[in-house]
Amino acid sequence: MKQKETAVYTTKKRSMMQESMHRLVKNKTAMAGLIVLLIVITLCALAGFICPEGYDKQDIMNKFISPCAEYPLGTDNLGRSMLARVLYGGRYSLFIGLAATIVAAGIGIIMGSVAAFYGGLVDNLIMRFLDAFNAIPDLLLAIAISSVMGGGVLNAILAIGISSVPAYARTARGPILAVKEQEFVEAARALDARDRRIIFRHILPNVLSPIIVHVSTGISGGIITAAALSFLGLGVQAPTPEWGALLSASRQYIREYPYLVTVPGVCIAMVVLAMNLFGDGLRDALDPKLKY
Amino acid sequence: MGRYILKRLLMMIPVLLSVVLLIFILQFITPGDPAKLQLGTDATNEEIENWHEKYGLNDPFAVQFTRYVWGIVSRGDFGNSWRNGQPITQEIISRWPTTFLLAILTTLVSVISGTLLGIYAALHRGSLGDAIARVIGILGISLPNFWFALMMILLFAVRLQWLPVSGFYGPLYWILPAGTLGVLGASSQMRITRSAMLDNINADFVRTARAKGQEERVITYHHILRNALIPILTNVGSRFAQNLTGTMILEQIFAIPGIGTLMVLAINKRDYPQLRASVILVAATVSVVNLLIDIAYAAADPRVKATFKSSSGNFLKFKKRAG
Repeated sequence: MKQKETAVYTTKKRSMMQESMHRLVKNKTAMAGLIVLLIVITLCALAGFICPEGYDKQDIMNKFISPCAEYPLGTDNLGRSMLARVLYGGRYSLFIGLAATIVAAGIGIIMGSVAAFYGGLVDNLIMRFLDAFNAIPDLLLAIAISSVMGGGVLNAILAIGISSVPAYARTARGPILAVKEQEFVEAARALDARDRRIIFRHILPNVLSPIIVHVSTGISGGIITAAALSFLGLGVQAPTPEWGALLSASRQYIREYPYLVTVPGVCIAMVVLAMNLFGDGLRDALDPKLKY
Repeated sequence: MGRYILKRLLMMIPVLLSVVLLIFILQFITPGDPAKLQLGTDATNEEIENWHEKYGLNDPFAVQFTRYVWGIVSRGDFGNSWRNGQPITQEIISRWPTTFLLAILTTLVSVISGTLLGIYAALHRGSLGDAIARVIGILGISLPNFWFALMMILLFAVRLQWLPVSGFYGPLYWILPAGTLGVLGASSQMRITRSAMLDNINADFVRTARAKGQEERVITYHHILRNALIPILTNVGSRFAQNLTGTMILEQIFAIPGIGTLMVLAINKRDYPQLRASVILVAATVSVVNLLIDIAYAAADPRVKATFKSSSGNFLKFKKRAG
């Protein structure tokens, strides 16, 4: 009896999404990336338990201590534990990366789908407007926006988010142009569905794959951009322990105490690498036509 | 072909105008009086008023914008710096070659090493070499360039003392900045090259070439690579754009007197006209480089050349399909 059940199960046709998930779970590097990512997120979430004293407790008598038992990652120029700063800082870095991606994807997808759906003049206006954004390299645009808006976590999120809107609009627009001519859209229109319903209920779910892939790499890009902004003295400001800000603050001690620069950099690299591995796996899983 | 280039050059005008407008609006809506920031908190009202008058900030937005654009178009004049009152154009012209040279060097390193590595990885798909190339490919896009540069300084300049730590006094000083950024940039070039090669490696024309006994080397470079060139070339353009911004950031670390150090100085002093000029210059350069690359498509691919002959509109469609 039991055997029969499994037989029924295996012959059952799986949906596209299930097929993709199956491919993703079987991809070892992608799963390794996901596990590293989950560990980092858990550690950062538990920062309050691991380092209950907080990231700002100074101990002037114990400054510039190399990594040891009491301070696993050493202390900085004010005697603050680097472990605490890195863990709390991870919260900021991850949050900025995620929030900026949500801002960018939200605005970008709406702009891209409106442009593709209505076509003609609307399409032209939106895409030409985005061309102007596109002529400025992303990071430079983020620098320009952030320098006029000033520092702070919220402004950093907006600067990074706005500067990456055009890329999302393009990612959404291309596939929608192909999908909007298909019969099910026509059927929805024949049923007198509103435009908004057609876009969000019928078209967008069909073009999700490239958008999901873009989002997964967008978060890691956002973390790097946030770090670059802090490094230039824009974006997140001291004493907020965002990873880029940590790098920027310890840069002057690089000759004497290289671990101060190595630790936050390794954190950024590790998280971004894990995200990119996962993103690559996601792309392979969602789009088996690509032969990477 | 000539008509196409002309059309593209004309298309650049509205884009660059929008860039100027965008940057202008951005700074126009910035809260706070720039005069107070420049003159300090103890400036008298009269001083502030004079400062506004001197930089033309009392005029309406449209007048300021038109005057600014006209200044650039007619005299190449980007206005005066708020920081020191000097003409911005001179300062930028004296620093631009440094940044441009580094960006070009970096792009060369990225493109040459990335393309070769990508070809190798595609031809030896699944081998150990391919695996190593893919690790390099994903590491390169994961490391923040400024941090990687610091690590390279630590290794090659501080520990090994093979290369100078910072400064810009000759080719020896170019190696570290161009090398670090170039190696990182090579990863995306490698990824694009590898996948573009793989798209063509099982094509019918490759089998035909092999069937008629063509040499493997010729098949690789004349048949596969030639057909994979469009995405590879497209990536050269985005590489250059990213390397240009990357160079501007690394200038901080290597103390290189280029546009980037000037820009950070401008940001710290809230010298918006200076920042504005840097952004416009970069946008214009990136646009020109992308145009050059579009023209290079025609040289690379006879199919593109054919579309030039019919009409330039077809070419854009072709590029979208292929790229």
